[in-house]
Amino acid sequence: MDQLINYTLFLADNALIMGHRNSEWCGHGPILEQDIAISNIALDLIGQARNFYQYAATLIGNNATEDSLAYLRDVKEYKNCLLVEQPNADWAQTVLKQFFFSTFQYYLYQQLQNNNDEQLKAIAAKALKEVTYHVRWSSEWVIRLGDGTEESKKRIVKAVDELWMFTGELFEPASYELNTNIDFIFLKENWNKRIRSIFAEATIDVPAETSWHQSGGKIGNHSEHLGFILAEMQFLQRAYPNSEW
Amino acid sequence: MITIRKFYYGDYGESKLDSSSDNETSSSPSGVGGEWPLWEVFIRSKQGLDHKHAGSLHAADATMAIENARDVYTRRMEGISIWVVESKHIHASNPDDADALYDPANDKAYRHPTFYNLPDAVKHM
Amino acid sequence: MNLEENFQQKVDDEIKIEPKDWMPEKYRQTLIRQISQHAHSEIVGMLPEGNWITRAPSLRRKAILIAKVQDEAGHGLYLYSAAETLGISRDEMYDQLHTGKAKYSSIFNYPTLTWADIGAIGWLVDGAAILNQIPLCRTSFGPYARAMVRVCKEESFHQRQGFELLLTLSQGTEAQKKMCQDAINRWWWPSLMMFGPNDDASPHTAQSMKWKIKRFTNDELRQKFIDMIAEQVKVLNMTLPDDELKWNEERKHYDFGKINWEEFWQVVGGNGPCNKQRLDARKNAWADGEWVREAATAYAEKKLAKQTTNAA
Repeated sequence: MDQLINYTLFLADNALIMGHRNSEWCGHGPILEQDIAISNIALDLIGQARNFYQYAATLIGNNATEDSLAYLRDVKEYKNCLLVEQPNADWAQTVLKQFFFSTFQYYLYQQLQNNNDEQLKAIAAKALKEVTYHVRWSSEWVIRLGDGTEESKKRIVKAVDELWMFTGELFEPASYELNTNIDFIFLKENWNKRIRSIFAEATIDVPAETSWHQSGGKIGNHSEHLGFILAEMQFLQRAYPNSEW
Repeated sequence: MITIRKFYYGDYGESKLDSSSDNETSSSPSGVGGEWPLWEVFIRSKQGLDHKHAGSLHAADATMAIENARDVYTRRMEGISIWVVESKHIHASNPDDADALYDPANDKAYRHPTFYNLPDAVKHM
Repeated sequence: MNLEENFQQKVDDEIKIEPKDWMPEKYRQTLIRQISQHAHSEIVGMLPEGNWITRAPSLRRKAILIAKVQDEAGHGLYLYSAAETLGISRDEMYDQLHTGKAKYSSIFNYPTLTWADIGAIGWLVDGAAILNQIPLCRTSFGPYARAMVRVCKEESFHQRQGFELLLTLSQGTEAQKKMCQDAINRWWWPSLMMFGPNDDASPHTAQSMKWKIKRFTNDELRQKFIDMIAEQVKVLNMTLPDDELKWNEERKHYDFGKINWEEFWQVVGGNGPCNKQRLDARKNAWADGEWVREAATAYAEKKLAKQTTNAA
């Protein structure tokens, strides 16, 4: 039971923190149309997070709610991978992070669709449609920036340099992932294949697979960034405890 | 003293910076040339209906225009199919020709079914 | 009938003016200014509320707020498109905003200090905006009217969510009630100013009414708003910060206190609490996005060139 709870929280935390980061763009995008696009992705991800949290809350009982899980757990209890908490920096880093993450979500949800757990299965099936679009949108941007101008090329290459080391963690199962029937080797193969094909089209080199990877997010050992995200996100719930909003 | 200015909702007057910015259509430094082209968006709201003009937007290419249209014009499930066309490819009739183009249709009532009187006994026609 | 008379006849007959129709130059200019400034207001208006997206106190509220701020981006986009049919580019309009030549609604130069401000903006600011916008659905210029129909349809949830947010606070803890009243106190007067100066101080209203760009006077709409809000505030168990607010049985309207127009013109003129901050945020977003827009253009051109070579 604990394993299922932790795994559900892992899925929820990933979606929430990624969605939260995307929502930081709202009002500041490079052009109105893309401001709207990235806010849509933020909304999709927060919607997914809510579904997972609601399910986790029923598993936990004890009056847990989606909000108590999102707003009253501290950094060490958050299980999202390091990738999603990385700062947005510029548009290149944002779309690349989205591409890495959405591609991961895409192949993960495909497998989850066949999970034994009816709830996870249903949430994944519904979310998969959204994620398909996120993969498409972010792939196109990676290609555009890679094969765009000299400036955009420089920036997307820099983004690869900075984010690549956070991708390895996606495929290193935490203890709560061991009984999920997720085939990690297959997941990683699919992910790699897609990354290679899009990078080829974008004329960007794929870093060596053997390069060093950071990990720890899945078990609560985060980068410093998450603390700031939570401080901001949880401020009202912490300052005015036991209130209805 | 408060100068009196034109003021409508959404209209707060404008500040004159210098005489050179006086001209409404003076070209901006960002330049029109750098702007993503304008596209017209047509949306089919339901299976079986026509595509209807929904509005316009900017996009770098057709793929992006369709995706932008999806994000901008179907946020509330308004559509199931999207057409986009670059605005510069739209050819419009000239309003000055309106009389010549459309008025003649005015007196062709025989094109409309109600023009014909049939006995009530005739059903389903 | 000359062109101008013909034009006026159409307007009088409630026939919409379309972009390719003949129109007086002054009508075109007035529309460009009004529509673009309306659009700018939507875009700048994203900022005070966008501030709170990352701090929204529940996941439900967070989703609602993102959707709402995103809607405003959409509304700005519809309006810029309507203005573009009059022969001005969006880039040019941005330029006017960024150089300070074009204005936007002064209300967005006030800060959002607490979460209750998000409710107050929805209820009061969007409420005032809707009253202004509903008559604009019948404005004489076709593209503007059509954009407004779409805006009004989407806007209806904005005011409701604001009121619901305040209602929740008003039924909450003492601290929340205080937060709620404080936000109402700060947003009340600026939202009355949103309707613009008194009618006797807007001599050009007459021309705009004749052209049916504008369909009610500032004072008519303001009175309507006050009558509406004075009743709604009772449901919240809160008060409006105006000692002179009183039902006038004879007029069948609420009487109200004096609006501080000096403050209004100062804020419009650039001396509001957040003018610089708002404009800087817009300018930075636009400048930081330049390389992104260029990259997409360059890629589109390359792709097109490839297609052409392949076809040849």
